[in-house]
Amino acid sequence: MSALPRASERGLVGCHVCGLACSDVPFRRDPEARVACPRCGSALHRRKPGSYGRTWALLIAAFIMYIPANVVPIMRTASLNDIDDNTILSGVVELWVKGSPDLAVIVFIASIVVPMLKFFTLGTLLVTSQRRSGWALPQRARLYRLIEFIGYWSMLDVFVVSLLTALVRFNVLSRVEPLPGVIFFGLTVVLTMLASMSFDPRLIWDGRDTDD
Amino acid sequence: MTDDNTPREDGPEHDELPQPVVRRHRFNNALIWLVPALAALIGVSLVVNSWLQAGPQITVSFQSAEGLDAGKTPVKYKNVVIGRAKKIRLSPDRSHVLVTVALERSAKGFATKGSRFWVVRPRIGLGGVSGIGTLFSGAYIGADVGDSSKPEDDFVGLETPPAVKHGAPGRSFELHTDDLGSLDIGSPVYYRHIQVGRVVSYKLDKDGEGVSLHIFVDGPNDKFVTPASRFWNASGVDLSLGANGLKLDTQSLATVIAGGVAFQDPKGPHDNTPAPEDTNYRLFNSREDAMAPPDGPPRYIRMRFEQSVRGLAVGAPVEFLGINLGKVVSVRLDYNEKTGRFPVLVGAVVYPQRLGKAYQQLEAQAKARGENPDLSQLMARLVAHGLRAQARTGNLLTGQLYVAMDFVPHASKVPFDPDAKPMSIPTVPGSFDKLQEQVAEIVTKLDKIPFDSIGKNLDLTLASLNGAIRQVNGKTLPQLSQTMHGVQMTMGRASEALSGDSPLQQNLGVTLQELQRAARSLRVFVDYLDAHPSALLRGRRADAKPSPPPLAVPVKPAGQPSQGSRP
Repeated sequence: MSALPRASERGLVGCHVCGLACSDVPFRRDPEARVACPRCGSALHRRKPGSYGRTWALLIAAFIMYIPANVVPIMRTASLNDIDDNTILSGVVELWVKGSPDLAVIVFIASIVVPMLKFFTLGTLLVTSQRRSGWALPQRARLYRLIEFIGYWSMLDVFVVSLLTALVRFNVLSRVEPLPGVIFFGLTVVLTMLASMSFDPRLIWDGRDTDD
Repeated sequence: MTDDNTPREDGPEHDELPQPVVRRHRFNNALIWLVPALAALIGVSLVVNSWLQAGPQITVSFQSAEGLDAGKTPVKYKNVVIGRAKKIRLSPDRSHVLVTVALERSAKGFATKGSRFWVVRPRIGLGGVSGIGTLFSGAYIGADVGDSSKPEDDFVGLETPPAVKHGAPGRSFELHTDDLGSLDIGSPVYYRHIQVGRVVSYKLDKDGEGVSLHIFVDGPNDKFVTPASRFWNASGVDLSLGANGLKLDTQSLATVIAGGVAFQDPKGPHDNTPAPEDTNYRLFNSREDAMAPPDGPPRYIRMRFEQSVRGLAVGAPVEFLGINLGKVVSVRLDYNEKTGRFPVLVGAVVYPQRLGKAYQQLEAQAKARGENPDLSQLMARLVAHGLRAQARTGNLLTGQLYVAMDFVPHASKVPFDPDAKPMSIPTVPGSFDKLQEQVAEIVTKLDKIPFDSIGKNLDLTLASLNGAIRQVNGKTLPQLSQTMHGVQMTMGRASEALSGDSPLQQNLGVTLQELQRAARSLRVFVDYLDAHPSALLRGRRADAKPSPPPLAVPVKPAGQPSQGSRP
């Protein structure tokens, strides 16, 4: 038994919005019961309902979307005598070759490293939590906070494309057009963010048997 | 789901806690799996779509990949993108480049036999500029589809765009000529100075004896090509100086540089139906050649000129009474051992048909007489009547000669063998040659005049004349002036002597009075003698005054002075 008590062990469930502590009797009768806070009316749950299922589903969807996001070109740069379709990776390579390695690194991190990091981290968290692993609990919690924070930054590529599309409109001379890839990429980012939101970090600690 | 490890009975605290509101059953959590399912669906649809879109892959070989860009260069047909160059690599023997083209599915028909591919680049030729658009858009691969539906995925790319696209309205024809001249693929074809087509291809004949050209005449103008049409090479400038003045004939400035073909139907009645596809025509060198009536079979004749034929070039005309009958094809020297001279053998090709009606009549007459109507027989008759070939000067400025066949009056009879091959036409020296000979004779005669001695003599004569004049000046003239002086004095004396108060004058007056008196006396005497002839014998009567003595004495002195005073 754990040294420190959990809310469920005390028969309590807290409202996330108004902080009212309620009895967890309905959950004890039906763990999947849909219960509302008697004071503010927002939904009450001990853990986010269906957290594993939702997170897995969204993560898998995000991963599926990530494939076309990398294969399909995201941006077309049309200049006077040249039409150039770039995927994320080819754009990074082009930036590097054409003498902006710093930009290339930024785009690479935002568009490749961060999404991959999210897949890997969320996947690890899900697997370890489902297995009720007690391994490196504080680090895993920190990891979760990290991916929640950096999640927004992977929208960088989408912003770049939309900004360029809006700004570079010199008809014949130079033109930037978004291509379907950017939609897939945006979907990936949104889905990973939703996935990380639907994951309940408390699940990390649920498998823990000892506090030490 | 997680905290069932410690099931506990309701504790005393629970009663103090507010009870949450239980609502209806929550929605099924499993619905969230629709999201990855949807994502998977989208992914699969993308794959399926791209698989469905993917058309055949073909390989096109080009001499150079200039302007081509793997992954970017589009393949266009009628300016619609039907594919893209995927990969560019060298052929194993590095002689050309292989471009792998991914065609779109809709363009599957282009992966068939007969399709043609070429690179559209900016081209600046003599005939114009093309592909300017590619300066900005970059080169692209043009495509044209054939008729066949037989699949094919290896193509040899054309180096120049084809002149005719498949399915273009119009017809192609074949022209034959001796040499290509300045024609090229794409050279225009003109009908009445309007461009109606172009040269599509050319190739040497198998035997290397000529060139065959394919031309394409665009519809609807292809109907103007009839079986009777004549084609000629309209390249360059045709400058002719005729009785009407200087005439410059060109099709268009472009043809002057780039060459071109023109065609037209001959005047007069002819077949007006459009010619069938791929009809063969002869390509003439000029409009005159093309429009001339057909020449008929050529005949080779030979002429032997004893004098120089400087100015007689191969190609010079052979004229019969001023009608162009053919042209000189060879000029060669021969050696005559007997005379030790070098006669010139001139070979010529003549077209008897060019004589037109005359030739037909001659033929008919010969047939009527039951003779062989061959040209040699006809020629034998004509030679017997004095037909001779002559090298005449066609142009006094350049000294160009032509061969004229004319009837020479009082031509000495020459043997003519009608069966000789080649036919040999007797010659006479040309009019200019005769003139030359005469001039030469005159010159030799002039040469014989001893201009040297004449000059010397003349010189001597002039020298002595010079001495004589000097003598006259130095001696004779002073004497002359003295003489003149004497003459002047004499004249002065003479005028003195003749003046009114001079003694001579007075004497003369007295003398004349005396003479007058004497004459009166003589008249009286004659009157008396008339009245008294006897007085001559008897003397004067007494009643009359005494008569002067006989005549002899008084007359004599009167006669002398009268004579002296007369001048």
